[in-house]
Amino acid sequence: MSTLTALARARAAHDGRAVPIAAVRHVHLSDEPFVLIPLMQAGEAAAPLAVLAGTDRDDAHLLVVGQPRNRDQRFAFLTDFARLLIPYVEQRRARTETVEATKNHEEWQRCTDAPQLILPNTGGVDALRLLGRSARFRTPDGPYPVDPLVPLLGRHLTWFAEDRAAMPGSSVCLALTAVLGQHWATGQSALEDQHLPALLGWIDPPADMTGAEAALRAEDPDLVPPAGPVTDPAFDTGVLAPLVRAQEEARAADDQRAIAKAEEELRSALGAQLRQTWETVWRAIDVLRTLPAAASDELRWQVDRGRFTDFVTGVEEGAPPQPKRPSAVAAARRLADLEAAQQSYDRSQAIDDPLVLARYRVGGEAFSGRITFVDAERQEIKGKRAWPRPLVLLHTEDDVILRPGVKLASPSRVNQTVRLRAVRPLEGSGFEVELELQSGMGRGKTPEEGSLPVVGEERCYATFLAEQRGMRPELPETDQTPWTHGGPPWPYVPRAEEQAEDWH
Amino acid sequence: MPTSPSAPQVAAAAQSAAAVAARLDSLRGPVAPRSHDARTIAALTVNPGCSRRAVLDAAGVDKRKLSERIGFPARYGQSPFAITRGLAFEKQVKADGCAALLGLLRTSLGFDVPEHEYVDLGADPDASAPAGGVDRPTRYERTRELFGRVAAGEALLADHPLLRLDVGGRPAYVEPDVVALSARPADAAASAPARLYVAEVKSFAVIDGQADPAKVGAAATQAAVYVLALRRLLASLGADPALVAEDVILVCPKDFANEPSAHVLDVRRQLAAVERQLARLPRIAALIADLDPAVDFDLAVDPPAAEGEPGREHRGAAELTKSLSMIEARYAPECVTNCEMAFHCRAEARAAGAADVLGRPVRDALGGVAGIDEVLALADASGAPGAASGGHGEAARLLRAASRAYTEALLVAPRAAESEPPAAA
Repeated sequence: MSTLTALARARAAHDGRAVPIAAVRHVHLSDEPFVLIPLMQAGEAAAPLAVLAGTDRDDAHLLVVGQPRNRDQRFAFLTDFARLLIPYVEQRRARTETVEATKNHEEWQRCTDAPQLILPNTGGVDALRLLGRSARFRTPDGPYPVDPLVPLLGRHLTWFAEDRAAMPGSSVCLALTAVLGQHWATGQSALEDQHLPALLGWIDPPADMTGAEAALRAEDPDLVPPAGPVTDPAFDTGVLAPLVRAQEEARAADDQRAIAKAEEELRSALGAQLRQTWETVWRAIDVLRTLPAAASDELRWQVDRGRFTDFVTGVEEGAPPQPKRPSAVAAARRLADLEAAQQSYDRSQAIDDPLVLARYRVGGEAFSGRITFVDAERQEIKGKRAWPRPLVLLHTEDDVILRPGVKLASPSRVNQTVRLRAVRPLEGSGFEVELELQSGMGRGKTPEEGSLPVVGEERCYATFLAEQRGMRPELPETDQTPWTHGGPPWPYVPRAEEQAEDWH
Repeated sequence: MPTSPSAPQVAAAAQSAAAVAARLDSLRGPVAPRSHDARTIAALTVNPGCSRRAVLDAAGVDKRKLSERIGFPARYGQSPFAITRGLAFEKQVKADGCAALLGLLRTSLGFDVPEHEYVDLGADPDASAPAGGVDRPTRYERTRELFGRVAAGEALLADHPLLRLDVGGRPAYVEPDVVALSARPADAAASAPARLYVAEVKSFAVIDGQADPAKVGAAATQAAVYVLALRRLLASLGADPALVAEDVILVCPKDFANEPSAHVLDVRRQLAAVERQLARLPRIAALIADLDPAVDFDLAVDPPAAEGEPGREHRGAAELTKSLSMIEARYAPECVTNCEMAFHCRAEARAAGAADVLGRPVRDALGGVAGIDEVLALADASGAPGAASGGHGEAARLLRAASRAYTEALLVAPRAAESEPPAAA
């Protein structure tokens, strides 16, 4: 928690309204997102109760499981769910663009769009992950055959909720509580922010209420049902349990009219629980759309489109489902990818957004001030050549706690590395910082036109912007995994025991 | 050699203990004390610095009822689906004299487990007792007797045992799922003595070897309470308390199936935490010593004078709230998951403008300044830090830097995507 964000929270608590901590939107919003609100049965690992889903605010699809503990009903539900989700994903597959060959990669086709799932909270993403895990190893044959769409759905859900949701900067599977919390600070705790209606209450309260009042109201489960994936225990006791029982009794008696009636009642009860959240989710999307997209958004979404292309291509070419546990090499690669993605996401956010950059200033990793002097002529002789090494002085009010020798870069010129030579306290307050420009000035003996800061200009310099981009560690091929890491993993073979994972 | 206390010292200590007990009784009023169970004992290890909860717990006040009476009802409750599922799974693991449990220990954990005699302490041997089972003192006596035999070396599997733990001078009964599995771990030498294990059956799933860390943590603390109670019981029987292993067996459903799987959980850390908190409770005397004699939490309701009229409450909501305000609370947002008073304490902290309501990480990042108004005053103060910073020199410097950086950042144009139309709002 940075002091700046903490202070924003304190201000929000004082004002009774959320305070923005981002000036631009750092997640991509698709023109046609697939909104998804899962409800899971309490006490079970992955027993779906209902899902409200769709791409149209006025046309929500409600899927309900009569008895979540019944295996057949559960997989019938997953098949219906797949019929909703898979066509949406496949539409994004239809159009591709050619990516020209580079040094490391030959020419390839990339999808021009990617799917985007939007869920109310991180709990919802977790529920999808478990659903994906429970479905992707099923097969259309064997002891408990399922519709072929079920394992396909499982692989898709795993890709969304496990492979991509945790990847910094990816926007294909968003939890709104996390996204809103990234852009606004509320006057309550992070624990309370996990409840989407309360969080949105702080950010966008009704006209006659403060954010604090709206959040308090949203905590009453009778007025505002939980945004899932767990239901309110009182609702389970008072409404759901009797309806599930009525349905079971009707089935036991094989009374078709009673079954239809019980199912309808169950649908309307669960629909009523979900409908408010549906509105809240779309309202949260509207609120996010009021923020302009960050400049790096397009590039990040391009990465998502690329990974999406890889994933669907893999599925089409018959790749096995994602393993339960990744192999040693795959895990190391994944970790390196996550770290690199985090670093790159942090960088791009700080470059795009002065409010994000300000956090680093308070933390002592950056400083901002006015350029007071530029010596453009200065050179350094190295070998037989003279290199431009202009000297720059900057006055700042920030506390500069960095040591001489540190490499820095400015968001307004990221590729120009600067070395900090000295820091001198100024009379009164503030510091004078002496900097040496080292790169980003062209190839000539003298710096290129416009490549130097000018006297009077406001500039910010930060350490992490000059850091070397994460180099991926060299990893052996999977079949060369050393014995210290368990040796080469066994190739995936579907096993009967996975099909037989039974319950009750 | 410690010298034994003299007779007058013992008498004085007994007298003051009696005084404390009397004051605690008067705090609670003429209602039966609410006894602890494993969950509430485990909760003592969370937020131990809260005097309010310590006093209410020590006095045995029914916090749930109290929170309802003052208008901040605790929203707890378990879904009937979760309860049904939990009971069904426990029944499955314990079927046929815990056959499934013993099998798991032998195969999956590789323990050396001898044949056990299975004793269900919850069932009446004569089957003559009224429905509802055996009363607590009887069950506790039978548990004690049984463990006398275990200490003597018999291999017994005790189902539904009842253990007792002294909490703040009053006995609390705790009920482990199964104990006294006498077993030797796979890596122990053949000559090593067998130890007693507590087994805890939980119905949350372990998927691909991983479970929800919060649930595992709660199970570990609860199991630590059982280990401690069992150790105290053995000590009182003159046996070696170390016979009870500090590893417990956690039995959970595997993946999405109902098939049980067993896992060894080291609860040493939780055990130390529970012991520390229990040892701390007697120090309650210091907390109540300076309390106004008028403070109490009497929740008793006299029967109505006439039929149809409401009963007369000994204390109204305002009186109870006032009494609560006399004992300092240490609110943190996490209290919501552990303490019935949380919503009241939150409202109180919010009204007082305490930075606690924002959570510990935020409060720490604010330099430990306690009040939100104070934070903002420090952040917005002009002039050199130090003036009017009230001992918060470093925090004041940081807050002012944060405030300045934020204001300056608002003046800088962000880099937005060009194709995107400007914000509608």
